[in-house]
Amino acid sequence: MDKLIAGKTISVTEEGFMTDFSQWDKSIAEAIAAENDISLTPRHWEVIDYIQNEFKNDIPLSIRKIGKSGVLDIKEFYQLFPMAPLKTATKIAGIPKPVSCI
Amino acid sequence: MKKVVIIGAGTGGTMMAHHLRKDLDKSNRSVTIIDERKEHYYQPGFLFLPFDQYKPEDIVKPIADLIPEGVEFINTAASRIEAEKHQVLLQNGSTLPYDILIVATGTEVAPEEIDGMAGEEWGKSVFTFYTFEGSKALRDKLRDWQGGKLVVHITEMPIKCPVAPLEFAFLADSFFKDKKMRDKVDITYVTPLSGAFTKPKATATLEYLLKEKNIRIEPDFAIESVDNEEKVIRDYGGRSVPFDLLVTVPTNKGREVVEISGLGDDLNFIPTDKGTLQSKKHPDIFVIGDATNIPTSKAGSVVHFEAEILTDNILSYIKGKEMKKEFDGHANCFIETGEGKALLIDFNYDHEPVTGTFPIAGIGPLRLLKESRFNHFGKLAFRWIYWNMLLKARPIPFVSARMNLAGKDF
Repeated sequence: MDKLIAGKTISVTEEGFMTDFSQWDKSIAEAIAAENDISLTPRHWEVIDYIQNEFKNDIPLSIRKIGKSGVLDIKEFYQLFPMAPLKTATKIAGIPKPVSCI
Repeated sequence: MKKVVIIGAGTGGTMMAHHLRKDLDKSNRSVTIIDERKEHYYQPGFLFLPFDQYKPEDIVKPIADLIPEGVEFINTAASRIEAEKHQVLLQNGSTLPYDILIVATGTEVAPEEIDGMAGEEWGKSVFTFYTFEGSKALRDKLRDWQGGKLVVHITEMPIKCPVAPLEFAFLADSFFKDKKMRDKVDITYVTPLSGAFTKPKATATLEYLLKEKNIRIEPDFAIESVDNEEKVIRDYGGRSVPFDLLVTVPTNKGREVVEISGLGDDLNFIPTDKGTLQSKKHPDIFVIGDATNIPTSKAGSVVHFEAEILTDNILSYIKGKEMKKEFDGHANCFIETGEGKALLIDFNYDHEPVTGTFPIAGIGPLRLLKESRFNHFGKLAFRWIYWNMLLKARPIPFVSARMNLAGKDF
């Protein structure tokens, strides 16, 4: 389905995950973050960069992996993206919902 | 002479021993299976044992009785796989060279991964039914538990049989109703997932059942620690859930031998081609069941379907022919919902569980994603099928390795 985000028509899943990464830019990330009551700090951007890189390298994401990434620990991940950090962070990063759950 | 070595005489290893004995040319092969254990457990029984529905002796048989004649069983542990040298080092000091290695080492629970989980309350008010001993200890606890806050909990995904904790919650509801003490028990289902299950349609059905049975769900809970003094579990987001009895599924990891041999990922699962079941790194190593990292459920039904495909692929590999990439992630699971009923789900990599009829399209007799008594009898009959047909690699009538699209309401 299509959704208007930051003035652009973006294709997303029912849960709000973007389906076409080429449509992603920083203004879209900020708009999705705002929907989740998060305002993005430089630290948030570091994590988003890291997540996008892992995705580009086909490395499956999980909370455990992020905890061991050396980029940040799980505690901080929760402080930056409260409640369901992996879901929220991937949504903001414009990549599909992680399939760590089968 | 082709030497085939299987590590692990659980569900997958035992099935492969039977398949290969039947399908490999007798004069030209030797099949050896290694396991340090003496007993083979019917693991679905771990769900029923805590509620006194099965007795321990119903769910255990000696491994030696289940290995077919013509296959050598070595009762010791594999201490290291030397993939570059194509050999396995055994704990008894010997070295076993192979032409083809099948790793069927499964998963085990690792409560020590979470701070405080294997603490003072382990075995007192903190239990798991994911091992035989754990399940039996929980049975003894439930026999005279007076009630309070029961928390059924999943630590992190992936876990073996992802529906089992839900079934435990449903069966607990039924168990306490039968004991006329349901009003004394508060049941909470705590999960790292965003809902009751991973696939949308099944989640909707299962969440309806949770509500109907008055079981509260606490989703998106990533556990940080178990507080043994205050008897609460805490998550990284600052939430906490109090318990009088915690029934948890600890982190599931592949076996240590996988880690020692440098073959696994961060949870000791082996990167495996999801179609051929060949190791991604070593062409002469194949992986079956819970030991793989493929994106399907870790479940006995999956192993059964994989075994048929893996056998074909190994035969092709031996002949130097191209392997048919064909495993589709097929899983088929009964979900006990309590009060003598069960649901059945049938799904694969591409298709989520939906309603319909199984195994014969339009007829059944089993119903998909709907509660029925007949499904429950199916689950009970499954124990006989497991010992007498599945492990012995006998085909189940009407049930194919690849999922059938007919009879399903997409």
